[in-house]
Parts: sequence; C-alpha cells; structure tokens
Amino acid sequence: MTHLVIAPIIIPLFAGALMMLLGERRRVLQTALGLAATAALVVVAAMLLLRADGASAAEVQLYRLGNWPSSFGIVLVLDRLSALMLVLASVLGLAAHVFALARWDRAGAHFHPLFQFQLMGLNGAFLAGDLFNLFVFFEVMLAASYGLALHGSGTARVRAGLHYIAINLAASLVFLVGVSVIYGVAGTLNMADLAARMHDIAAEDRALLETGCAILGVAFLIKAAMWPVGFWLPGTYGAASAPAAAILSLLSKVGIYAVLRLWLLLFGDEAGASSGFGGTWLMLGGLATIAFGSLAVLATQNMARLAGACVIVSSGTLLAALGAGQVAVTGGALFYMTSSVLAIAALFLLIELIERGREVGADVLAVTREAFGEGAEEEYLDDDEEIGVAIPAIMALLGLGFMACALLLAGLPPLSGFLAKFAILAPLIGTGADGLPATTWAVLAALILSGLACLIAMTRVGMDAFWAAPGPPPRVAMAEILPVAGLLALCLGLTLMAGPVMRYMHDTAAGLHAPAGYVGGVMRP
Amino acid sequence: MELVVAIGIGVLTGSGVWLLLRPRTFQVIMGLSLLSYAVNLFIFSTGGLRTGAAPVLEPGGVGDLTTHADPLPQALVLTAIVISFATTALFLVVLLAARGLTGTDHVDGREQDR
Repeated sequence: MTHLVIAPIIIPLFAGALMMLLGERRRVLQTALGLAATAALVVVAAMLLLRADGASAAEVQLYRLGNWPSSFGIVLVLDRLSALMLVLASVLGLAAHVFALARWDRAGAHFHPLFQFQLMGLNGAFLAGDLFNLFVFFEVMLAASYGLALHGSGTARVRAGLHYIAINLAASLVFLVGVSVIYGVAGTLNMADLAARMHDIAAEDRALLETGCAILGVAFLIKAAMWPVGFWLPGTYGAASAPAAAILSLLSKVGIYAVLRLWLLLFGDEAGASSGFGGTWLMLGGLATIAFGSLAVLATQNMARLAGACVIVSSGTLLAALGAGQVAVTGGALFYMTSSVLAIAALFLLIELIERGREVGADVLAVTREAFGEGAEEEYLDDDEEIGVAIPAIMALLGLGFMACALLLAGLPPLSGFLAKFAILAPLIGTGADGLPATTWAVLAALILSGLACLIAMTRVGMDAFWAAPGPPPRVAMAEILPVAGLLALCLGLTLMAGPVMRYMHDTAAGLHAPAGYVGGVMRP
Repeated sequence: MELVVAIGIGVLTGSGVWLLLRPRTFQVIMGLSLLSYAVNLFIFSTGGLRTGAAPVLEPGGVGDLTTHADPLPQALVLTAIVISFATTALFLVVLLAARGLTGTDHVDGREQDR
C-alpha cells in the first residue's frame, strides 16, 4: 500500500494516454474511462487524506522513486497539506468532469485527455518533494491548462489564451532562474534538504540565496495572481469554458500552495539569519491584492469576470493571512482556501447555466463550428440540440445556488465562508492584548471590506440575472445541476463538520510551522 | 570565459525582454525563445565554467570528483530545453489561430487607435 502515494499521478497519466490511443471517435469509451479515473482519484485522495491524518503531527509519507536516498533521488512527499490539496483537486475534477459531460466535452477536440493531464499536473505539483519536479509538474499542469483555456475556441478565448500563455511562459523562465540560483548556492533542490541547509549558508552567500528564493516566489505569485502581476487572471478565467474555468480556479491556488510550503519550510524559525524573510512583502502584497480584487469585483459587469475577480480576492486574503506567520491564522487560512475554492468553482459552473438563458454562449459556439471547419460540424456541438429538460422552477434552484455562493464568498453566516474569515480574524485579534499593530488592523479592514464589495457586486449581478431576466428559463441537464449542488453541499458539510475540519487544518498548520518534522521525515535514511 | 558567458546571457535576456514587450505576436515569440536560451545558458553556468577540461575523465588518469563537471545542471537544462521547445511550439499554434480569428497579428487582437 505504500505505492498508493504515486497513484494520483499514475491514474490520470494512464487514463489520459489510453484516451489518446482510443481517439476522439470512441466517445463513450473515453467518457467512461474519464469518469472512472476521476472517481478513482477522489477515492485515492480520500484514502491518502485519512492516512496523512492518522499519522502523528510531524510524520510525512515518503515515496522514493527508484528507491534512491532522498538527497540524490526523486521523492514524492505526502503530508497533511498535500493530502488536503489532492482531495480538493480530485473533488473539483469530478465536479467539473461531470458538468462537462452534458455538452462542453463536445465543444472541441481532446477535452478528456487534456482534463486528465491537468489533474496529473496538479496532483504531481502537490506531491513533488523537490523544486525541479515541482517545475516539471507545473509545466504539465500549465500545458494542459493552455489546452483547456482554449477549449471551445472562439476569438475571445484565443485572444485571452494568447496573453495567458505568454505570461505563463515568461513566469516559467523566472521559475527556472530562481531554481538554478538556489541550486548554485545551496547545491540541492530537494526542499527538505534545502531547509536543513538554510541554517549553515555562509553569510556572503545568503543574500544570493534569498534573491533566488525571491525570484522563485515571484514565479509562484504570478500564478497566484498577486497584485501587480495578476492582471491576466479575470480575462483568462472569464473567457474559458465553465468546466475549464472551474478547474483553472484551483491553478491559482497551486501558486499559494507553493508559497505556503516553501516559505514556511525555508524561512521558518530554524532558518538562522533568513528567518521570516519576505513575510512583510507577502502581507503587503496580499493587502494590495485584496484592494485590487475588491475594486475589480465592484467594477465588473460580466458575471464570469466577477468570478475571476473573486479568485483574486481569495488569493489576496490567503497571502495576507500567511504573511502574519502565526500557526492559528495559517490554520484559518487553510479552512478559508478550502471553502473559497469550492465556492468559486461552483460559481463558475453556475454562471454558465445562468448565462445560457441569456444566449451569451450561443455566439461563442457558433464561432467554434466555424473554426473547426464545415466537415467537422456534425462531430461537434449542434446548437439546436435540446440540452436537458426545462426543469420547473429551475431559476429558483439556480438562484438559491447563486445566493449560497454569494454568502460563501462574502463571508456571511451561516455558511463556511463566515467561519473561514472568523477563523483567520479571531487569532489575529486575540494575540494583540496590548493594542493591535497597524498591519493587523489593515488585514481586518481588508477582509471585511472585501466581503462587503463581494456582497454588493453579487447582489447587483444576481438581481440583474434573476429578477430582470427576460425570455424563457435556461434548459439545464441533471448532470449540470448535480456537480454545482455537490460542491455547495460540501461547503455545507464544512460548516456542519467545522470542528473536525478545523482540527485537521490546525494540525496541518502546526506541521507547516514546525518544518523539522517534514525535514526529518524526508531525509531519514 | 565567465565574462563572455555573462555578456552573452545579458544580451540574450535584454533582447528577449525588449521583444517580449513588443506589440506583434511574432516578436513576442522570438522574445520568449531568446529568453529561454538565456535561461538555459544561465542554468548551465551554475554547474561551473571551465575551459579545456576533459568531459568526464582525463585520458589514462583515474577519476576524481574535483575534476568532474556537475551533471545536475546539465540534466536540468535538457529538461528545460524540451519543455520550452514544446510550449513554444504550442504558442506558435495559438499565435496562428489568433491571426486567423482576429485578422491581425497584434497581441491584443486589434490594432491600436493612433
């Protein structure tokens, strides 16, 4: 059973490769294979989560590829944080996949294999134990995301995709520069080994190593869409097809994951003179990101771009909370991340259903047919095809879902968004018995004001969509409403089971803030 | 040797960044290619630069760890070359699709108003 750790990479890899061999024509087989793979991923991720949770706080699961010692070989590392991210990725994957089956998988070529490779890249990035494999899995993830962002084609997607690809290629080069500077100074790329060597870096080399880490951090923060390097996000996510956007919304959290993992590992209390390097910048960057995201939320009229702006707000909140560098705050931030990832994915899926009634998607699909040429017409989506049935009171269902998303993103009770913000703010305030520092006040104000901005914008957009909706209600398939309901039900589950979930998050945060356990676990002979 | 490599990397990076900021998609892709060459050279140079050294072993001599070049940056460069090559090819396809769909090679898909 030790081999279970590599399963989240192997399953989508083989499923995707097999789908390529089967070809586009055998759609039923591809669909069945894809569903089986994504469902298996959920099961494997849940098993890994239980296993990670069962271990003591300091313990990590190590998987050595080729059984080389950790300082020479490639290792996969599973701890609570990776397990949490794996579960998030697989759940989002299943929801987006089921959603896509209703019609989006036919809007362009190779949806199913691309989707599997996307999941493989995500899972690999969460499991990678060294910087270079992190880079490789980032690239796998990005290469698949380029395909998914362009899925369905059309002028708007290609235009946004062009920017997205150019920015991410440049970011990858920055990533490589950072990695090679770190290797040049420290002589290792294994994260645990690097953390162990941080203390003994010579004083004259320390500035260079910190520069390398900062360059690497810039690459991650571009992915996480921190202000001022996050302007690409709303356009790309807004233009992408709904299931692709739902899975892309997790991609920005991969940047957060990498910052969380590396910053706490390398610049924790045991890092000697480098301890706490860059923390202020994370917090200030996070605050600027929240401010920019809130303005973007208020300024945007388009629903999909609104969801993109919500991704930016969520990234900013996480960065600001991480910058505080306190165990309890990090625990709250992890809870916030889980809740906001699920809510934003549900929102992206919902928006497509709502806008369908307003005939926004129709013109995009027409362009798709044009781009694929006349011959391919019958193979791809037919506009006259009846999608699902007109469920009575469908608008009421969609409206309820939208309201739940608004509550979750604005951080209002009774759903988990409120608990998450509370879990970040309570420890921040609680520590300041003798007057709060200015930064704490700033975070407090930013979190609450960004919630207000979200609420105002979503109320306005919601009134526009549900109360002033002209024309007949949209036709929605069961396969489309189920994933949205499932994601929102998970948020409800987070609210009801907040005790055990928060306990898990605090254990995770405690493990992250005491990197000695991680280092010892990976470097053991 | 260091000076030549450093100037080479600097010139490639400078030209790459300048081209990356240009408005035509073809210039952008050339800029990205130049940048990736610069980065690959940079990674390669982190393994240490020596001239006139044997690739692995001195003829007739016994191997010594101090005379070996560090193989890891070379492995990194190989991987980085393959990845940047593939992604550049992909970008080229998107570039052509954008040209076909928008009718212009401006990165924003429309000419700027003058």
